[in-house]
Amino acid sequence: MSELDCRRLLCPMPVIRVQDEVAKLENGDTLTAVCTDPGVLNDIPAWCRINGHEILSTEEVDDEYRITIKVVKDGA
Amino acid sequence: MTDNSTRKAVALISGGLDSLLAVKALQEQGIYVEGINFYTGFCVEGHTHAIRKKDKQKPKRNNALWSAEQLGIKLHIIDIIEEYKDVVFNPRYGYGANLNPCLDCKIFMVKKARQWMEANGFDFIITGEVVGQRPKSQRKDTMPVVQKDSGINDLLLRPLCAKNLPPTIPEKAGWVDREKLYDFSGRNRKPQIALAKKFGFEDFAQPAGGCCFLTDEKYSVKLSDLWKSRGEKTYEIDDIMLLKVGRHIRPAEHFKIIIAREEGEAKYLQGYKKQYDSLKTISHSGPLALIDGNLTNKELKLAASIVARYSKGRTDPQVSLDFQTKSGEVTSIKVSPLPADEIKPEWIL
Repeated sequence: MSELDCRRLLCPMPVIRVQDEVAKLENGDTLTAVCTDPGVLNDIPAWCRINGHEILSTEEVDDEYRITIKVVKDGA
Repeated sequence: MTDNSTRKAVALISGGLDSLLAVKALQEQGIYVEGINFYTGFCVEGHTHAIRKKDKQKPKRNNALWSAEQLGIKLHIIDIIEEYKDVVFNPRYGYGANLNPCLDCKIFMVKKARQWMEANGFDFIITGEVVGQRPKSQRKDTMPVVQKDSGINDLLLRPLCAKNLPPTIPEKAGWVDREKLYDFSGRNRKPQIALAKKFGFEDFAQPAGGCCFLTDEKYSVKLSDLWKSRGEKTYEIDDIMLLKVGRHIRPAEHFKIIIAREEGEAKYLQGYKKQYDSLKTISHSGPLALIDGNLTNKELKLAASIVARYSKGRTDPQVSLDFQTKSGEVTSIKVSPLPADEIKPEWIL
């Protein structure tokens, strides 16, 4: 599982970082984005729904949001 | 009409109603559409979520993503922060009422979309533009400039006002039925509202102040001030984010204080304490402030007295503050809060 530091970034930058990171990953890989902008609670799941990826978990710890995504690629 | 099942359009998605409708109009004709949303760093969409605590009660969503989801299309959000600087610094067609280079911006975005279109095997571009609507890039005389300067020429289709414009290649080639496109014009929003209703869209975004901070007068004043203080047009992403946060007070050309206005902003500014020296009142509750510039001891006292002015100790004879350098060294300072009438109006940006 890889972790992506999106702390202090405001939306849509965390979404862009996730998008660019997911592009490098394989089907079935997981990625955890660690964010501080509460906007990600809506935006990253929306981006995942649009692009067919799966949200495995969302946690809020000490004002940080940890969103774990399972990568689903076309043709898998 | 030819078989449209293989025709693919890329749409510029702002998150507003017009681009939503433009895509839907093409989907109704069987065109496959994917969206592009460009992030310049000045997008209101991006800044609005996180900073001010009072805004946290508002629903938080990215309208471009929301639009894409409503339409069932893929959306590619593209970071153009670095490349966009040249548009902001040197707009060939100049600025609008503030520091908004609207025509150059549209040309740049259509050009970027054209490059994406060519790289990804798409056939044409669509936008939600309406002739005669704000901003300047949607005037009848500037629309052809966008097509020519971006290099897209007749492969740019504006479905909402296509009938008011010369036919484009998608129309002439029969990929799209021109008769089923629209003839909207001007600033009247009623036709768009009616079409949204027809398509079954509710809860769509209609930002009153536009989607770009460069159209905002107060923001533009702060950006101009930043350039003036640095002696050149320059910015990094953190600079343009910080222009949105706090009170900006410049008591001298070489330094500026950014004072949090409430808890959400203080929390946001906290993240910049390793990049900027900071002041925080300790004897009274009060704001966190960042200092942009190098100060003499006398200037530091002045900065501290200004910050103290915005603390709960503003009417007390003395307020204590911690001054923290970006490397983490902390010194205590005691000052008298600066009386309100000694904060010169021209200091406040």
